[in-house]
Amino acid sequence: MNNFSLPDFKQLRDMSRRADEAAVQQALRTNRPTLNDLAALLSPAAGRRITALAARSAEITRQRFGCAIQIYAPIYVSNYCINRCAYCGFSAGNRIKRRVLDIDEAAREAELLKGRGVNHILLVSGESPERAGVDYFVALAQRLRDHFAAISIEIQPLDEDEYAQLFAAGITSVAVYQETYDRELYPTLHLSGKKRDYDYRLATPQRAAAAGMREVGIGALLGLSDWRAEGMALGMHLAWLRHQFWRTALTVSFPRLQPAAGGFTALQQVGERQLSQLLFALRIFDHDVGLLISTREEARYRDGMLGLGPTRYSAGSCTAPGGYSDEQEATEQFEVDDHRSVDEVCAVIRQRGLEPVRKDWDAGFQMAASA
Amino acid sequence: MLTIADKTFTSRLFVGTGKFSSSDIMRQALEASECEMVTVALRRVELDDPGDDIMQAIGGGKFFFLPNTAGARDAVEAVRLARLARAAGGGNWLKLEVTPDPRTLLPDPVETLKAAEELVQDGFVVLPYINADPVLALRLQEVGAAAVMPLGAPIGTNRGLLTRPLLEIIIEQMEVPVVVDAGIGTPSQAAAAMEMGADAVLVNTAIAVAGDPVAMAAAFGQAVIAGRRAYKAGLGAIACRAAASSPQTGLEFLR
Amino acid sequence: MKIIVNGEERFLETEILVTDYVKSLDLDPETVVVEVDGRIITRQDYQSTLLLDGAEVELIRFIGGGQDADDCR
Ligand code: SF4
Repeated sequence: MNNFSLPDFKQLRDMSRRADEAAVQQALRTNRPTLNDLAALLSPAAGRRITALAARSAEITRQRFGCAIQIYAPIYVSNYCINRCAYCGFSAGNRIKRRVLDIDEAAREAELLKGRGVNHILLVSGESPERAGVDYFVALAQRLRDHFAAISIEIQPLDEDEYAQLFAAGITSVAVYQETYDRELYPTLHLSGKKRDYDYRLATPQRAAAAGMREVGIGALLGLSDWRAEGMALGMHLAWLRHQFWRTALTVSFPRLQPAAGGFTALQQVGERQLSQLLFALRIFDHDVGLLISTREEARYRDGMLGLGPTRYSAGSCTAPGGYSDEQEATEQFEVDDHRSVDEVCAVIRQRGLEPVRKDWDAGFQMAASA
Repeated sequence: MLTIADKTFTSRLFVGTGKFSSSDIMRQALEASECEMVTVALRRVELDDPGDDIMQAIGGGKFFFLPNTAGARDAVEAVRLARLARAAGGGNWLKLEVTPDPRTLLPDPVETLKAAEELVQDGFVVLPYINADPVLALRLQEVGAAAVMPLGAPIGTNRGLLTRPLLEIIIEQMEVPVVVDAGIGTPSQAAAAMEMGADAVLVNTAIAVAGDPVAMAAAFGQAVIAGRRAYKAGLGAIACRAAASSPQTGLEFLR
Repeated sequence: MKIIVNGEERFLETEILVTDYVKSLDLDPETVVVEVDGRIITRQDYQSTLLLDGAEVELIRFIGGGQDADDCR
């Protein structure tokens, strides 16, 4: 198979600025948007029509996803990391309290979440194959698979055969973010470790899909490079993955830089309006993509966006390893802004006439990799 | 330009050569349609009455011949017909048809997939005739089909694009060309298929049995060109949404 | 001797080359396929393949045919 590749980032930047009012109108009307339409939706001209974007996005979302909002919660299993990423609290250079949960400890965290009504968990770790490698996640998945509807991972990028092992063990989906698609900026932020290899990371979603994962998630960390151009790159990545891997469901996450240990400040300001425009644009571009909003965002924003495009919310999250069992635990990856419990979040979702869905598959059904 | 496998075509109209009243009318109709690709079937020679040789009527390189496996009821029969077609000088292009039910002549998805896989391995350029089934289309693309030919309506019904919502999905998702086959009874329906973004259409009966097949062939040729032009020009969606002007969705919460 | 051609019995004086038999029926050897006893005879072999007593022969060629199988019934 060939690899996904992108045009020059500057070209994406230019593309996303060119559109006029008429191009935005056209992009809002068409049922089959092209990359030009996506560029129009990401443009400054579309920013002035943001309510129209919101309405179109809401309409498509309702058509394709009905009233369902999926709920998940992360379990941070390890904050060891071999990489130095300038913006991250877990970065190898940071002197923070490190910890990796053993299988029993991780299972206890899972049990706690289960008790709070969470059926879809996301296992998150820093990137340290020594501390939390494939064997570790295989063991953990086997332990959890019969108790959860879906078990996603957001860990170091792996090879295809390793993903196949994880799939067979019960992992249902893989999220891996490029952080920034800006090839020139990338090495200035990823200072050391395996993550310096832009291309290996870029090809990670396709390796996970090829291994048979039910779902693959991509994303860009907002606040690093030009968000409109990141939006173009995300759209192209989505479209390419859709064509190559039609069996794989796709999602996009929208992490915005939050204060973290290490004191990195955002290189670009991405406000709520910009974040919303990006999300609406991707929804209008790809009607079926799952769109995730995490507890990095405030409750006010998350509640406001209900029904307008996002399809999955994390809830009741703690981003430090062992944090559900012990509030005092190791350092967080970033600060959470929505501190409400799962039940509270679900109650708000219902108030809006939507339905929180905690389960749409059973990891226990999953058979050995077939792809 | 339409590209299928390693060949390019200027015309996006494929014409079937069945049911014409004479080979003379057929040749004139094909010429009037300005098509390049024509489908032909394989049959035993009638020994006592060999009749006209279609190759004499329309051979000679003017048209590109796409032999079909019409009449095959399973993969084994289809593969046999394919090999005969190749031996008969029909090249290695093939419209794969497997139709076990004589009543409806609907294509058998399981046998079609099986035959396609085998024929691709054997070096054929395979264009399978299928129901408008998006997942089947993808599976065929995976085994190496050079295009897919979903039906617009059950064969012979002339009811147009009854499968429209499914055709839309197929057209949107495929890497290989999509040729709408079967059900197209009028030039306006052919144009509608092209406006949707189909790469080509195949028409036979509607031309062959028209009052004036030659004039009808020309009409189809023009309809296909018009439909393609409209598609390229970028149709405005049917705008029945007031959404853009008066959304009910407020964004006051944004900071 | 007797051969079966397209399912019908045919009687011949002697064994005959495929190419000659096809011509005897007024058919163009360039546009028919010949199958003898289930094997496709390639065009180069028309000149060297003899139809023997009892041979089962299929003579096939292209006819008009479109999108539907019933064109050809
Ligand atoms: S972003 Fe990931 S890889 Fe980079 S330092 Fe943080 S945990 Fe490690």
